[in-house]
Amino acid sequence: MIGNIVAAITDGGEAATDFESIATVTVGAGGAANVEFSSIPSTYQHLQIRGIVRSSAASASQNTLLRLNTDTAANYSTHYLTGNGTTAASGAEANSTYIYAGALPAANTASGRFEAFVIDILDYKDTNKYTTVRTLAGWDANGTGLVALWSGSWRNTAAVNAIRLLPNTGNFIEYSSIALYGIKG
Amino acid sequence: MPKTYEPIATTTLTSAQNDITFTSINGTFTDILVVAFMKLSNNANSSVVFQVNGDTGSNYSVTRLQGDGTTTESSRSSNIANGNFSGNSLRVADSAGNFSPILFNMMNYANTSTNKTFLARGNNASAGVGAAVSLWRSTAAITSLKIFPIVGTIDTGTIVTLYGIKAA
Repeated sequence: MIGNIVAAITDGGEAATDFESIATVTVGAGGAANVEFSSIPSTYQHLQIRGIVRSSAASASQNTLLRLNTDTAANYSTHYLTGNGTTAASGAEANSTYIYAGALPAANTASGRFEAFVIDILDYKDTNKYTTVRTLAGWDANGTGLVALWSGSWRNTAAVNAIRLLPNTGNFIEYSSIALYGIKG
Repeated sequence: MPKTYEPIATTTLTSAQNDITFTSINGTFTDILVVAFMKLSNNANSSVVFQVNGDTGSNYSVTRLQGDGTTTESSRSSNIANGNFSGNSLRVADSAGNFSPILFNMMNYANTSTNKTFLARGNNASAGVGAAVSLWRSTAAITSLKIFPIVGTIDTGTIVTLYGIKAA
């Protein structure tokens, strides 16, 4: 059964530094419908998520989606600039139920190819502004692929305390790995 | 035990060089972030590329996205002998004083289960901005990184630093 993975936020015992690892999830053989970081502490200024992922969907690729604080309503929007190896394109999606945070190869793409992404969430605990998410991501499969920049907005001033990442179709497969970091200001 | 974000090595050029190479990269970290401030010494336009583990075979591929202030474009190269370090196939700065900041991510570089994916962002004040994703079709852990321009040499004053990022 494909389940969700909720990462435990623990104190690793390491002396506090300005850039700290908060939690990491590496998907096992059973796959994962999504990866969620919950109970994110408010002790940082910014968050960064770094990872490699791949989807089990029966297609060449899918999108990586992001939601905050378990909000599944249409409170998100995204702008993007993409390059598919042939064409540079720009687009947007308003009033959606997620932020686009990448594109990942899926089952119909040669094995071993994973999307890499770096997601920044600046001022995540600031209750005076909406949350903006910035992503650099891409995957290449030696003849196909995509590299892109995404900017997403969550129209809510609440402090971010949970982040969920998921492929829009399929599950994250084994060896997908996502790590959450906190950056102190 | 490594810190979460730790400088591993820094190279500052005091004379022009054909390449910058980091060896004996240990597998202690999760990702490697290379932060470069780079200029080429010859008066020519060139991408800066990379090879890992001494692999000079056609085991790399790249997808690029770039804009030069006039045009946006995306391109691809398959079965080539290097990946893209500078984030685009435009020029890394070659005019006096005009260094290009580059961020280059080697993601999960030490795992032996997946092929290796690299993300690059490059910026050149006179030439443009770009991003590139590269693939190295090998599951080997990365232990060395060679950075070099397609044309010319890397100029005096270039600084390249490797940082290790360790996930919990």
